[in-house]
Amino acid sequence: MTEIKKHRSDTKMVPVPSHSIVPERDVNEIPVLETRHLGIEFGGLKAVDDFNLTIGKTEIAGLIGPNGAGKTTVFNLLTKVYEPTSGAVLVNGQDLHGMTIVQASKLGIARTFQNIRLFDKMTVEENVRIGLHNQIRYDMFSGILRLPRYWKQEKRQHERAMELLDIFGMQNLADEVSGSLPYGAQRRLEIVRALATDPKLLLLDEPAAGMNPHETEELMENIAKIRDQFQIAILLIEHDMSLVMGVCEGICVLNFGRVIAKGTADEIQANPDVIEAYLGKKKEG
Amino acid sequence: MNAKKKKLIYNAVTFGLVTVAFVVCRLLDSMNLMSRSFGGQLIPICCWIVMAVSLNLVVGISGELSLGHAGFMGIGAFTGIIFSGWMQHAFNVQDTTVRLIVAIIAGAVFSGIAGTLIGIPVLRLKGDYLAIVTLAFSEIIRSLINCLYVSVDGKRLAFGFLDSKLPGRLLLNGPNGAVSVDIIATFSAGFILIMITLFIVLNLTNSRSGRAIQAIRDSRIAAESVGINVTKYRMMAFVTSAMLAGAAGALFGLNFNSLAPSKFQFTQSINVLVFVVLGGIGNILGSVISATALTILPEMLRDFGQYRMLIYAIVLILVMLVTNNPLLRSFFDRLIAPVKSLFHEKKPSEPDFKGGDTQ
Repeated sequence: MTEIKKHRSDTKMVPVPSHSIVPERDVNEIPVLETRHLGIEFGGLKAVDDFNLTIGKTEIAGLIGPNGAGKTTVFNLLTKVYEPTSGAVLVNGQDLHGMTIVQASKLGIARTFQNIRLFDKMTVEENVRIGLHNQIRYDMFSGILRLPRYWKQEKRQHERAMELLDIFGMQNLADEVSGSLPYGAQRRLEIVRALATDPKLLLLDEPAAGMNPHETEELMENIAKIRDQFQIAILLIEHDMSLVMGVCEGICVLNFGRVIAKGTADEIQANPDVIEAYLGKKKEG
Repeated sequence: MNAKKKKLIYNAVTFGLVTVAFVVCRLLDSMNLMSRSFGGQLIPICCWIVMAVSLNLVVGISGELSLGHAGFMGIGAFTGIIFSGWMQHAFNVQDTTVRLIVAIIAGAVFSGIAGTLIGIPVLRLKGDYLAIVTLAFSEIIRSLINCLYVSVDGKRLAFGFLDSKLPGRLLLNGPNGAVSVDIIATFSAGFILIMITLFIVLNLTNSRSGRAIQAIRDSRIAAESVGINVTKYRMMAFVTSAMLAGAAGALFGLNFNSLAPSKFQFTQSINVLVFVVLGGIGNILGSVISATALTILPEMLRDFGQYRMLIYAIVLILVMLVTNNPLLRSFFDRLIAPVKSLFHEKKPSEPDFKGGDTQ
């Protein structure tokens, strides 16, 4: 793995109270995400068990593991699609217990999906505008009666949507129907839509899936760029090791619903458990 | 600007077409060129257009299959009749325009209240379940109206449930429905109602709320993940649709001398759904055209006597087959291509999305 191009800064990782590590620059801030003994059972099967993770305010973190390890389940727990059967999720120190998906979103969690879920009958710009739903608002009556507030807020939405689309240089696609976009562009649009909700923590579920190496390389640059520009934390699930090792500062390895290793990219690559559970298997295949 | 321009043209064509049709009908009428049977159909056509457009808001824009639209129309119709009769007999309001406006607003409001009450339990469901439960609710509404007796006694309304012995002048007579209704519906009112409906539905679709409704249709989980309150926006579409159906019902009810609750059986809901599906789910202009065509068609087929509905059904099947056949579709697209090119200049060339676009 020596040929990997690095986009991560070689941050010094330091421990925080809950036996986890965050980048040194974030140690004095409230961690954007903290999970404590998080777990969920589906009819006796422990899909995720005793999951502890702390993510610093501006950290880019990775969640990796073999297929079926429970990575997407963790995302669903963090975004309140599932209610955990044990443990707690804290976002900026606030417990998510009993909250709905919408409330979690308002607290600043945004996500993309493994199998892309765009509003595919609508245009690219409309998709981003829907992401701006709670950021730039006006009520139903202003909308129907076309009151001044409608025109003002629509203009703001349009401008903001264009700004956001510019991150990936997608302004020229604004009026295309999102379902007709090529795969890579759909993945990028999902990220833009998630960013539109003004998140504190962005969860990316296999953002590089289906992308060619060139696109993956570009995505890596963009992930780092998004973090720098928006000053947010990013947690990503990814099977493409060049991306994970190239951009993630802290990495958490999951196998059979349990964390088997946590650390920096270099530590993870050297960890024998990880090699056995994950990378080792890949070499045999 | 392409998609935006397309939408503007679409809206302009929709409003324009309805206006032109209205003016043409008015001219034909003034020149006595309109047959009596067609003239009598004008107001029902207006009502069915409003019904189709409002159901399209639920089925096409919100993506829920509702089979209870006739129930809301029924509420609107009988509320309208009661209010109109009440104002006429109790308060001696002879101005038919005022009575019609109040009746339509009352129909919309009461239907909206019913929509809210029904929406609370119903919108917890999805897909087929929602369809069945809305159907059941609309049958409940019809059965309730079937047992309802209303009369004007002095200045007050008297209500009886399964009890026909009411003082004063009877407005609503149980299973016989409304009798000797003062016909005050006008074609102009129908036209205005269509325009208001189009204005509400098209403007709603192109606003923040409308986009939220469509987002829930395309992907509920993604809509929630960006912070859209799913219940609120599903309810918004459902209640708006119920209110418009109530308004259409009030106009419909005040167009006939007598009206029985059996007129609003679930087969009517299916009829409206046929308009929506034929016109294209989510296509408002399509709903307007198909509601018109399918209301006129059975009348035109009167010459076939007993075979009328058989032929209606065959025509329906053929139209569905033709409009859904990709070969025939592309043929029609080519036919209307010259017309379309009048509206927007030729694009240099479509960007090719087959390959990677990031090079």
